[in-house]
Amino acid sequence: MASTPKPVYDSASYRVSAISELKELGKYRYLLGQLIRRDILTRYKRSVLGVAWTMLNPLGTMLILSFVFSNFFKSEVPHYPVYILSGLLVWNFFSQGTNAAISGLVWGGSLLKRIYIPSSVFGVSAIGTALVNLVLSLVPLVIVMMVDGAPFYLSMLFLPISILLLTAFTLGFGLLISSLAVFFPDVAEMYQVLLTAWMYLTPIIYPESLISAKWMPFYTINPMYWMVKMFRLPIFEGRFPSWQEFLPAFGWAAGMLLVGWFYFTSKTEEYAYRV
Amino acid sequence: MPTEFEVKEENTEISTSQPIIQLENVSVSYRLPSERIGTFKEYAIRKLQRKIKIEKFWALTDITLHINKGEVFGLIGNNGAGKSTMLKTISKVLKPTKGRVVVYGKIAPLLELGAGFHPELSGRENVFLNGALLGYSRAEMEAVFDEIVEFSELEHFINSPVRTYSSGMFARLGFAVATAHMPEILILDEILSVGDEAFQRKCNLRMKKFQQSGATVLMVSHALDMMEGMCNRIAWIDHGKTQKIGEPQEVIAAYRGENL
Repeated sequence: MASTPKPVYDSASYRVSAISELKELGKYRYLLGQLIRRDILTRYKRSVLGVAWTMLNPLGTMLILSFVFSNFFKSEVPHYPVYILSGLLVWNFFSQGTNAAISGLVWGGSLLKRIYIPSSVFGVSAIGTALVNLVLSLVPLVIVMMVDGAPFYLSMLFLPISILLLTAFTLGFGLLISSLAVFFPDVAEMYQVLLTAWMYLTPIIYPESLISAKWMPFYTINPMYWMVKMFRLPIFEGRFPSWQEFLPAFGWAAGMLLVGWFYFTSKTEEYAYRV
Repeated sequence: MPTEFEVKEENTEISTSQPIIQLENVSVSYRLPSERIGTFKEYAIRKLQRKIKIEKFWALTDITLHINKGEVFGLIGNNGAGKSTMLKTISKVLKPTKGRVVVYGKIAPLLELGAGFHPELSGRENVFLNGALLGYSRAEMEAVFDEIVEFSELEHFINSPVRTYSSGMFARLGFAVATAHMPEILILDEILSVGDEAFQRKCNLRMKKFQQSGATVLMVSHALDMMEGMCNRIAWIDHGKTQKIGEPQEVIAAYRGENL
């Protein structure tokens, strides 16, 4: 017999690791693009205004919130609509992205049971879709800023970095929570309650100045507090974040991404058995 | 016997020295669904009580099987016998609980026809989406797109949403995408029973072409007459164990003898 050819697949040496999953994801990058495309195209396929809803949705919420809360906070916050919208974009990205990661893995589960696909593709494409929506919703933000006469600052050049940090944090958290949701179906429901509480614990609709000094330490352990800050400072206060503000955000983003990715890939071989 | 099923080529060279798929003492166990623990609370309590006893169900036990390059290999058996589980261990979907699977070729698993299709997207968009799910790149799909449309006979419908398709159109498009590129190993799980007779003939012709070009085909079906005509060898699986492997006629006769 001639020399034995190298196997394409050998279950004895097959291990999914954080590195190998990253390589597989690279091979399946076309699928990644296709899934993002599908999610964006089909979400509003049957509506007349189509993708425009991505921009109209946060705009509508912002109008309602400004109308309801402007009497309370107007004196505290100039350009309150801009204040709300800048926080809302961050929150919507986080909640949509992580929820889509959960449903993506559950939906993808029916495929994962039938053919080989790197399972991280569903979580990553979910965050990718949310990212496209986030960029699109910057358009209404700019419009609202112009209508409201809010100033445009040079510090807005920092926003790409803010988006990068938020994306890394959301991806890490989304992978973690979607993986847990596979093993504990109740997690998906519980997470909706958690999200609501989390949103009210983050200064999104109320100004930070309302938080009393004694509660402030509790606010600062909330990663979303720092993520929102990365957007509010350049858009709203017109300055670049200081190192003391940047480092916690960076730490949460990098740490959560690593934890999420390692946890998710450590469970990958089990998904086909469990979803 | 219907002649269109005669795929077997007596002069096809089957190299017996080099198996392309090797299963060595493969066992797979599933957890029983009733043992799924739904909440953290339940999990914590049971963990404390040390009551997490995972009940196992062995879908496959100690399967050893060698499939040679260029073979058309069939799997038969009753529902729940473990045929699909076996295909999954080969196509990298399930890692075997025990034993070892070695595969020496690129596998094109055939998605259950239309699985992964999105009803709101057009046929064209679904071709690319489905191709991506099967691991192909954009360039690879563009190269075969026209051929897929032609083979599936959907020239006039390719830009309509898939939700408007009949089940036959669905199946044709699914088969055309999955077999657009000739794989080294093609896996067919209860596929050829769909579509009308004319399309079935077309599918068989394509598989014959694959086989002549040296591809290995692994198929599962309950259509025993068709299997007898197409396969070089057949394995009969029952309750996760191989009952018999060998000549299609003998194995099918034994299977029928047991089940009639």
